[in-house]
Amino acid sequence: MDWKRFAFIFLIIVVLFGVVVMVGISKSSPIITITSMLATTIAVATPLTLGALSGVFCERAGVVNIGIEGMMLTAAFFGWLGAIYMFHVFGLDKWPSILIGLMTAILAGALMGLLHAVLSITYKVDQIIGGTVINILAVGLTGFLNRQMFFGKASAFGGNIPNSPGTLLNIHIPLTEIFTPICGGSTNCMDIIDALNSVLDQRPIAITAIVLVFVSHYVLFKTRWGLRTRAVGEHPKAADTVGINVVRMRYANVLIGGAMSGLAGAYFTIESVPSFEPLLTNGRGFISLAAMIFGNWSPIGAWVASLLFGASQALQIKMQLFRDVIPPQWAFLQQSYVVGLIPYILTMIILTGIIGRTTPPAADGVPYEK
Amino acid sequence: MKAETQADSVTKGFARSALEAMLIPILSIFTAVVLGGLIIVSVGGNPFVAYIGLFQGSFGSTRALSETAIWATPYIFAGLAVALAFKGGLFNIGAEGQLALGATTSALIGYALPQWLGVDLPAIIHLPLVIILGAGAGAFWAAIVGYLKAYTGGHEVINTIMMNYIALNSISFLLNGPMKDPNPENVIARTPMIAEGARIPPLFDGLRVHWGFFLALLVAFLVWWLLTKTTLGFEIRTVGANPDAAKYAGMNVKRIIILTMALSGMLAGLAGTIEVAGLNYRHELGFSIGYGFDAIAIALLGKSHPLGVVLASFLFAAMRNGATRMQFLTQLPVDLISMLQAVILLLVAADAIVRYIYRIKSQGERVVLTRGWGG
Repeated sequence: MDWKRFAFIFLIIVVLFGVVVMVGISKSSPIITITSMLATTIAVATPLTLGALSGVFCERAGVVNIGIEGMMLTAAFFGWLGAIYMFHVFGLDKWPSILIGLMTAILAGALMGLLHAVLSITYKVDQIIGGTVINILAVGLTGFLNRQMFFGKASAFGGNIPNSPGTLLNIHIPLTEIFTPICGGSTNCMDIIDALNSVLDQRPIAITAIVLVFVSHYVLFKTRWGLRTRAVGEHPKAADTVGINVVRMRYANVLIGGAMSGLAGAYFTIESVPSFEPLLTNGRGFISLAAMIFGNWSPIGAWVASLLFGASQALQIKMQLFRDVIPPQWAFLQQSYVVGLIPYILTMIILTGIIGRTTPPAADGVPYEK
Repeated sequence: MKAETQADSVTKGFARSALEAMLIPILSIFTAVVLGGLIIVSVGGNPFVAYIGLFQGSFGSTRALSETAIWATPYIFAGLAVALAFKGGLFNIGAEGQLALGATTSALIGYALPQWLGVDLPAIIHLPLVIILGAGAGAFWAAIVGYLKAYTGGHEVINTIMMNYIALNSISFLLNGPMKDPNPENVIARTPMIAEGARIPPLFDGLRVHWGFFLALLVAFLVWWLLTKTTLGFEIRTVGANPDAAKYAGMNVKRIIILTMALSGMLAGLAGTIEVAGLNYRHELGFSIGYGFDAIAIALLGKSHPLGVVLASFLFAAMRNGATRMQFLTQLPVDLISMLQAVILLLVAADAIVRYIYRIKSQGERVVLTRGWGG
């Protein structure tokens, strides 16, 4: 991603944070506002980041993935279902149930990825239509099973929705312990550590997402696997000529992408809130897709774009907190349908090419014919 | 004698090609029905009772038929919207937003215009205004995407998705704020009722089916006529099949792209407009959800042919309408229908699977519906 776009994204993030600091100035100090908003931004950006990474893996290998939304939704449902079944039917303890739920979500995502791979690689279905099929199927499947299993007297739990075993908890990164000797009693230094602590006070999937961004960057750009993946996405014929198995590379990457979407789905029902409702992903798969394009098909770019979109959501959440001190002319910022427009409008601006061209992999969306 | 044989063979040829075109969709539907039956058995239901319920609920009585036609009306318009774009080489995922915008605009014109002017308008003026402006709003919304595609290369798939959410967010703002029904008892995000003069009259007394259904069939015919009998239709199809050839032949490709999107958006806008003016008499938040995807499924199932779209719309309408009766008879959730529709779509999209199951040879070239992001 070029400096122009980074500067653009940075500028908008600064504006978003600036607005929150200004509105909340009478209620909390700028540092506290900024750190807490950063923490919220990272948390709400988690599914976007993972969804965008899912897109990056698929599309770098040459398979367009607009089914991220459907993969997330399916994973969110099955993760939740898995946790509940383990907890109530098989009588497992809380943590094993949640962990198996997490695995189920990732597996469900990977299976949807497999379906997408079969459609678009083996059967050479138009990939955008394949993705649309995934999205429609996900709505039908989760809606049907949700209703069939949890509503009505004949359902598995007799019409009562059982309690989920719960969500993943915040993980403690021992920054204070590590840095106390290094800071050597300096108050400024400890203030910085405190601020950092409150930003990184996140749950496991959020932390994993950030780690995965850098792992993905390394894998795609520094390893043989990544080189092959990109070769298959840019010029499959050339890759085939030098002995790379195009079909296998594409399958593997779409499966990885599906698993990433699965983890994104787990964020909703295993990490964020312990419940499921139909259509709960609410378009975030499509925002992920936008973030991937925004970030020009690179993991770090996609992450930065996800943070930008997350910041616009965090703005609205913070505005709710400042409800009592917000000046009336800013009150509209509390409404989701005003701030919620930011990602969509920015993406359309990016696509016009004003702020640098986006260049998809050359063979993205083209089925490979020998 | 000779001429007769020739004419005969032409008819035969037409019948055969029509049959061949319908073969895959019909086999897909059949396969989905069988799979659906297996799903029903697996959750402990009786598939025969379920399907009989589905049929009774959709075609079993005059009232059921009327309700099926009501369901089919917006499906026909929205399906045609996606199909027309497909013919022009464009994938309009934004039918949902265009439809919602059309519905909102027509509702606004329907209830607010008499207030602004201070007089009740006669139906002969008011109703056409409602329909034209509703359709125009959809056309405008889609034309923006067409313009961006033609002049900046921004991909229409992403842009229509983004425009969907922009439309839906803006509409929820309007329906919760300025356009909300001011009746103190109202807690729902919906507009006031539109004026009497803005309503489409029913086809028959006592049934809900209205002239909008007739209009849908007429528009389907017009779309067929436009695509096959006019210069513009030829240009749309040429740009869709091969933009480079179209450019070389001297066609204004940019203009055609914008026009195709605008026409597509107009049809989607009509879907919303007719629903407001003919059935609900107001726009309510959430009514439009799901139509965009259904429209894509219908266009694919109908092979982007206007007649195919009408038939596919009837199928989807019958399934939606009959689902309530099915649920009443078997306790199976209505969502089963969404699953069935997804399976039908899956099989239609991946026709290789159907060809494999029924051992049908592939004939002719693969039809290119969309192109990757680069296009």
